[in-house]
Amino acid sequence: MTDTEAKTTVSITVNGEAFEANKGELLIDACERAGVHVPRFCYHSRMQPVGMCRMCLAEVDTGRGPALQPTCMLPCSDGMSVDTESELTQKAQSGVLEFLLINHPLDCPVCDKGGECPLQDQTMSYGPGESRFIEEKRHYEKPIPLNDNVFLDRERCILCDRCTRFADTVAGDKLIHFMDRGNNTQVNTFPDEPFASYFSGNTVQICPVGALTAKPYRFKARPWDLDETVSTAWTDSAGARIAVQSSRNQVIRLLGIDSDAVNWGWLSDKERFAFEALNSEDRLTAPLTRAGDHLVPTGWSVALDKAVSLLSDTDPSRIGVIGGARLSNESQYAWAKLAKGVIGTDNVDAQLGDGLPPELVLGLPRATIDQTCTPGGTIIVCGPDPKEEIGSLYLRLRHAVVHDGAKLIELTPSATGLSPFATHSLHPRPGEIATVAAALVAAAAGDPAVAAGGLTAESIAAAAGIIDGPVSVVVGRASLAESADCIADAALELAAIPGARFLSALRRGNIHGALDAGMSPGLLPGRTTIASGADRFAEVWPSTPAGSGLDTAAMLAAAAAGDLDLLVLLGADPLNDFPGRSLAASALESVPNVIAIDMFVNDSIDAAADIVLAASGPTESDGTFTNLEGRVSVCCQRVTPPGTARADWMIASELSRRLGTDLGFDSIESIRSEIASVSPLHSDITEKALVDSVVEGLLIEGPGDLVAPSPTGAGPNIHDAYSLRLVAARSMYDDGVALRNSPSSRGLARSITVRLSPPDFDKIGVARGTVVKVESAGGQLLIPVEPDPGVPEGTAVLPWAAPGSPTNTLIDASATVTDVRVERA
Amino acid sequence: MSRFTPDNEAIAREIISRYPLPKSALIPLMHLAQEQDGWVTEDAMRHIAELTGTTPAEVRGTGTFYEMFKFHPVGKYVINICSNIACQLLGAENLLEHAEKKLGVKVGGTTADGLFTLEDVECIAACTEAPALQVNYRYRLRVTVEDFDQLIDDIRNGNARDIPEHGTLSLVRQSIPADRMAGIVPPEQAGEVPVWMSRNDAGEQN
Amino acid sequence: MPTHAYVPHAPGYVDNDGPKLITKRFPLEDSYTLERYEATGGYSGLRSALDRKPSEVHSEVRDATLLGRGGAGFPAGIKWGFLPPGKYPYYLVVNGDESEPGTYKDRLLMERDPHQVIEGCLITCYALGLAQCFLYVRGEMALAQERLSQALNDAYAAGYIGRNILGTDFSVDITLSWGAGAYIVGEETALIESLEGNRGRPRLKPPFFPAAIGLYGQPTIVNNIETMSNLPWIMNNGAEQFKAYGSETSPGTRLFAVSGHVKRPGVYEVEHGVTTFRDLFYGDNFCQGIREGHELKMFVPGGGSAPWFFPEQLDLPLEARPVGAAGSMLPSGAIVVMDETTDAVKAALRLVRFYARESCGKCTPCREGTTWEERILQRIVDGHGRPSDIELLLDVADNISPGPYPVAAHPDAGLDAIPFPPKQTTICPLGPSSVAPITSTIRRFRDEYEAKITKSDLIPVSAAPVEVES
Ligand SMILES: Cc1cc2nc3c(=O)[nH]c(=O)nc-3n(C[C@H](O)[C@H](O)[C@H](O)COP(=O)(O)O)c2cc1C
Ligand code: SF4
Ligand code: FES
Repeated sequence: MTDTEAKTTVSITVNGEAFEANKGELLIDACERAGVHVPRFCYHSRMQPVGMCRMCLAEVDTGRGPALQPTCMLPCSDGMSVDTESELTQKAQSGVLEFLLINHPLDCPVCDKGGECPLQDQTMSYGPGESRFIEEKRHYEKPIPLNDNVFLDRERCILCDRCTRFADTVAGDKLIHFMDRGNNTQVNTFPDEPFASYFSGNTVQICPVGALTAKPYRFKARPWDLDETVSTAWTDSAGARIAVQSSRNQVIRLLGIDSDAVNWGWLSDKERFAFEALNSEDRLTAPLTRAGDHLVPTGWSVALDKAVSLLSDTDPSRIGVIGGARLSNESQYAWAKLAKGVIGTDNVDAQLGDGLPPELVLGLPRATIDQTCTPGGTIIVCGPDPKEEIGSLYLRLRHAVVHDGAKLIELTPSATGLSPFATHSLHPRPGEIATVAAALVAAAAGDPAVAAGGLTAESIAAAAGIIDGPVSVVVGRASLAESADCIADAALELAAIPGARFLSALRRGNIHGALDAGMSPGLLPGRTTIASGADRFAEVWPSTPAGSGLDTAAMLAAAAAGDLDLLVLLGADPLNDFPGRSLAASALESVPNVIAIDMFVNDSIDAAADIVLAASGPTESDGTFTNLEGRVSVCCQRVTPPGTARADWMIASELSRRLGTDLGFDSIESIRSEIASVSPLHSDITEKALVDSVVEGLLIEGPGDLVAPSPTGAGPNIHDAYSLRLVAARSMYDDGVALRNSPSSRGLARSITVRLSPPDFDKIGVARGTVVKVESAGGQLLIPVEPDPGVPEGTAVLPWAAPGSPTNTLIDASATVTDVRVERA
Repeated sequence: MSRFTPDNEAIAREIISRYPLPKSALIPLMHLAQEQDGWVTEDAMRHIAELTGTTPAEVRGTGTFYEMFKFHPVGKYVINICSNIACQLLGAENLLEHAEKKLGVKVGGTTADGLFTLEDVECIAACTEAPALQVNYRYRLRVTVEDFDQLIDDIRNGNARDIPEHGTLSLVRQSIPADRMAGIVPPEQAGEVPVWMSRNDAGEQN
Repeated sequence: MPTHAYVPHAPGYVDNDGPKLITKRFPLEDSYTLERYEATGGYSGLRSALDRKPSEVHSEVRDATLLGRGGAGFPAGIKWGFLPPGKYPYYLVVNGDESEPGTYKDRLLMERDPHQVIEGCLITCYALGLAQCFLYVRGEMALAQERLSQALNDAYAAGYIGRNILGTDFSVDITLSWGAGAYIVGEETALIESLEGNRGRPRLKPPFFPAAIGLYGQPTIVNNIETMSNLPWIMNNGAEQFKAYGSETSPGTRLFAVSGHVKRPGVYEVEHGVTTFRDLFYGDNFCQGIREGHELKMFVPGGGSAPWFFPEQLDLPLEARPVGAAGSMLPSGAIVVMDETTDAVKAALRLVRFYARESCGKCTPCREGTTWEERILQRIVDGHGRPSDIELLLDVADNISPGPYPVAAHPDAGLDAIPFPPKQTTICPLGPSSVAPITSTIRRFRDEYEAKITKSDLIPVSAAPVEVES
């Protein structure tokens, strides 16, 4: 052992055996690592210990003779000796269990937790034989709803403070609390104020008894009937690790897995409960073909033949492929190969005009979540509200700032879920974020601060003053009404901060996998361009595209202009996803043919698809997922797809075969090995490596052949001095298909309002909630208005996809910013 | 209804200003709410949450821990009879039983006219003067059953002027003149060595 | 016969012969006013402190060996020395939450001499460089709050508190805060929680005592009202004079409240460590004996949490160490005397019920165990006890406080004393305190239990419903 190692450990004795514990490590954790399990209820390794259940008591000698101590509160110190099996320890353990059981109903046979209950298990191992308590137990009204999804049975609660501590210290949503005192203590919400937290489901997972249950799982199964697979959450790009549990070939529960690098066991409720959509009645179980206004079920071979004839009859340069972020890495590769290598079009874009240039995302120095959250570092958020869009990332960022002393500067158009703990919140005028970034960087470098983007020199100087330690920039699209160019330019300015690293906050499920698979014009798989990779791919692919194709905006424009003949929607809904509804609508109207591959019929498919091929979902086929750090983790099949729905890669293979070219894939492994062979960056992703790193995943590092782009110099195009600049931001519960098809979460979508700064609101002179007219050059909406102090003057904030009011009606995708007028209706 | 009145909101803000962090004022503010309405209403708790930057659940969670806060209406006079050991030794049980009969309510109950609520409480720090009780936290000591009847009659007849209505505790409020205040600031802004700590033997500044 | 007796405007206080270090103004009707305080030497202790270096003031208090009067009896001057250097701000929290059964000296000090408390606080803040002082008064003590509010307002106006006190560079604010009914808040870490606006639940200490991590996570001194009240006298008269009273290890005087079956119950200022229980109960200057026609059966020597004493312990001096060795404790100056008419089981039940009601609910053994103990005792008192209940009680108690529990000697039965302190499976001593009445009475009066207990374990129990809200 070297000297430096010696300083970080302390020697302790666990049940007579010597053990080297880490300095400061809690005794309960050290025991665990030494192979000795100490029973516990309140202790949770991801939260501050509170030492209140007293289950972890053990006889500990710190030099002053043995005494009972809660091992969850005791940092290891040199020479400490613990006996977890002594007579006194055992007496204390069985005493605590007896106390916990005197008021706990013995309804295990009908309790959801039965079979996986720490109280039940520990009673077997450490408990008294029978209860000597002959009085009546405590009674409460049976389960009360804490919110739409989570129910609390107070009779079963053992008051471990896990759920309340989670709400307070992890989520920051102090909406459940201990009430009353002593033996009457109970967990509850304030009357009529539900536990409205995006993270409420975590409390169900960490409850050590069956007191908290979640609607999607209640009474659905018994633990011993469950089959489980380790996988990756798919509703956003964080790549949270999950356990997918099924019973009778149906997914019925997802649990967070504690991955150190990613989600620490936590999930947003969207990640946790959106699996319900996969079980929806509206899932496609067979291909569809158009018969007039209707789409009718058909057989696969009819559908595939029709698709193949459309594909082969169309000039490849007049074919466009939009979407792909929903797919696994392997399916993305298969589709990239089909489109670019077989069909021969480079009009392929997995982003729907709501992303960032791939060269920026992949070409700037990238940060992992851990690097971003370095204690004492500085985090600059120049992107979406992670609380609304990437829940697991939000929890990590919040922890870094609230508990680990990281500093956070937000550079967002309006207040976000991070604002309450941001050290500085800068809200640049939409379109002017790059000038603010430039001013911030200059001030941090010691130049005198200047005013920019509606912000004073003082506020920029103050923020610049805290930039210190490792600097990470979270970069993404905060507002879909502000062009990608603005954000790209801002990021390029921030790249001048010495050592700055970037964490992408593109939110769409496997979008980073799609970029790595080359599903973007000009790219090939493995972070390479057509120019630099064509030779390499020529050996494996039938062909490579001659030059760079169109992105989604250009494809839609071309389609609308009659310059495209066939659109392939690969899990895409341009009408709702593209910032510019009128362009999307006219593209779909003008393009002669549309083929869709999807799990549901979305609005675009309904309007325009000729053929729909039914795809399997993320729990129905194997694959891998790449998260926003570039971390590859498995996403495994747990159940069979509904009806005849197929994996996306199989659909690609089959189309290719019918087009006369064998993609060469007969299994997911065969695709992975081809990826590893063509992409040096992916060469470490072997089957064994995936198994070995099933929890943490494998990080793909380095920009490959990509180089960050040059600034575009885009600035706002102000055309109406009286207008407000529009901010269109996504929210956790929007009108997306996943939510529409999740019964438990459907009701949670926010009602749509336009939010204005109080002074701008006052100018309109209407009451809060009055319906007003929001009008842009492109369209108008009638929606209620409300004041919001988190909105800066001169901007109007609208949620992106709220039910019934498509905000993208107002947006012109080709403009840098969208100006709107808000008037009495 | 039952948020703080403008006058009370001003008092609430003054109370908050005497603490380095606003949440510290939670208990005094709940007392103020109880002084205003006789009990702590939900709207008052919401208002307190707004004023102290907490959530209503936190306010209620804190409040329900403490015996004195009532979350439903109680009598105008809350009679707390101590039944702890010293009073028990000198007849508290008798007195309680008598009080139940006299008022026609059980412990915890409120008389139909809304005038009295009877409670059986823990030691009220008057043990040598047992049995003791408090009416709205004003003491009555060495209470006999006759004393008790007299007390009830006095209150009913308006002859117990030293007892304010339920909710009012201190009749005097602390108030710090602005020009006298040394300066109460959040802990992170108070991190310096106080000036007088560097004095020499003569008690003068070095 | 003594010349002095009860003071009408200070009910409970007995003005007797003996040194008066902290109650000398009690007999004056307007003792609580600034005018009277100044006229009787008030704030001269502060002036004397301000003439010295803060470190000298601290030394004077350390030299006086002023033991904390709130319970633990830890020397104030030494506790003050635990403040970690340089981690400003430091806070002073003064504990006026007095709720221990039998105790009420702090209430009288606050009601009768609020300026003396304030002066003590100022001296402490000056000596230690404290940023702010919080006076936390028990919620139910309306009069104490009134008197302290008035005193604070007057003292601010007169320049004793606030900015540039008495024209010097010493500045400090004192904030009056008050509780809302929770005994546990008297425990110092629970008090800090309460002062932060939280549920008053104790924090685990060690590893961190308030002097290191206290209010708002900052170093904090918590001292009792009576501890503070001694400081003006010490500043005026010096440590040496102070040590002329009481015993060597426990100098000065203390207030004792003696209640129950004595002829003259009351709050007495008593010389620490030299007076004995016998002096106090039987002396003419004190309680003047057990009430007419009765004799001493047992007594609680130090508030409800203390194991009980019996006639054999009467000659122990009122001092922590001998009392601890004899199996009990003396923390809060509260003595409850019981004569032979007292039902030991009922008396024990009443105290156990107190702990069950006052448990904060944080630790499982205390939250569940104290209620269970209460229900077993209640059953026994109600005539539904079972023979196995005595062992059950002792075992439930053992799961809260494992191992032999402190208890007085029982010479007749040949049993030795078990010295203080008890062990605990809980965070704070509240849960374990519930064990004191149980073990004290079972050891001494097992026959009284047995007499109440029915003969069979099989007799059904009428289940008493528990109070819970739905
Ligand atoms: C359950 C419990 C209740 C307590 N109640 C009080 C109290 O009411 N007043 C008090 O001054 N100290 C009380 N204490 C002691 C305090 O924790 C603390 O030791 C004391 O306030 C320190 O002041 P001192 O050093 O001046 O004695 C209590 C302790 C415990 C464990
Ligand atoms: S022993 Fe009782 S009062 Fe003390 S902390 Fe534990 S539960 Fe609370
Ligand atoms: S796990 Fe340590 S006290 Fe609960």
